Amino acid sequence: MAWALDNDRPIYLQLMERIQMDIISGKYPPGGKLPSVRELALDAAVNPNTMQKALSELERSGIVYAQRTSGRFITEDEHMLKELKAQLASEHIKDFLSKLKQLGLKENEILELIEHAIKEDD
Amino acid sequence: MEMLLECRNLSKKYGNFCALSDLNLSLKHGEIIGLLGPNGSGKTTLIKLINGLLSPSSGEVLINNQAPGIESKRIIAYLPERSYLNNWMKINDIISYFDDFYDNFSKERAYTMLNKLHLNPSRRLRTLSKGDKEKVQLILVMSRDADLYILDEPIGGVDPAARDYILNTIITNYNENATILMSTHLISDIENILDRVIFIKNGGIVLNSSVDEIRTEHGQSVNALFREVFRC
Repeated sequence: MAWALDNDRPIYLQLMERIQMDIISGKYPPGGKLPSVRELALDAAVNPNTMQKALSELERSGIVYAQRTSGRFITEDEHMLKELKAQLASEHIKDFLSKLKQLGLKENEILELIEHAIKEDD
Repeated sequence: MEMLLECRNLSKKYGNFCALSDLNLSLKHGEIIGLLGPNGSGKTTLIKLINGLLSPSSGEVLINNQAPGIESKRIIAYLPERSYLNNWMKINDIISYFDDFYDNFSKERAYTMLNKLHLNPSRRLRTLSKGDKEKVQLILVMSRDADLYILDEPIGGVDPAARDYILNTIITNYNENATILMSTHLISDIENILDRVIFIKNGGIVLNSSVDEIRTEHGQSVNALFREVFRC
């Protein structure tokens, strides 16, 4: 099943986001090995060179590291993973707030709605 | 690094009509390139020139630094826009024929793909639907271990499920150093697997850049940009 990708944003960025998400959610645990570029490219149904670029960028950010011959691994730096999680969460919240503000909701109304939704969810 | 393909100041005239004019293009090893343009823009003319089926009015085509000829036909696997196969032949006869003709043909790969696409090798070509015939032709081309694959409208008549399988084969099956040049109108289907796109208009290249460069610069997909550039 190909990954769901938007049409209007660079593909490598979306691949990075997806892999970061899979790392945070524990699909790829800290210290674990990532599948090869080819496997990931096939899974995502994207060009292998684009996947390579996404992985190189993740390497640069330190979230994954390459072992010369044995492939790429997830960092074991818990602090870095925590920070990434916080960063992703705050991006989602920003997105969400801007949408609700477009609907004309005030901050206190938004808070109330969230509290209500959380109660419903329980 | 040596270029796999170079077109230098390439022009082709049909009588007074200029189908390609002063076109320059270089392709490296290991790329997947989409050749995109409206009908009559010169895509097939370019492809035929690269394959030595047409000769240039001026300029030159070089494959591994040589003009098209026996050597280039060995390393290029070409899917033409129209079928040249005999309709009375069975699929397995054609496979034996290709296996005999090309030293870089893999029978095993061909049969694996036929099986995946649910095509019975003992069927005669004329008993197949248009889409299934296209699949057979594409399988024959992709079963060669070539340096350059040139596919002229490879997935037009093929159903979406088979299209996915074919695109997957393109991503995974071929040699990492091989280059694929394909023309198509189904841009959104192939956009994610391309390295680069070339827009061709009135016989000249108007854009040659990577998919992600286009998305970064224009904030839109290649498909959307195509519609904008070629709006009628």
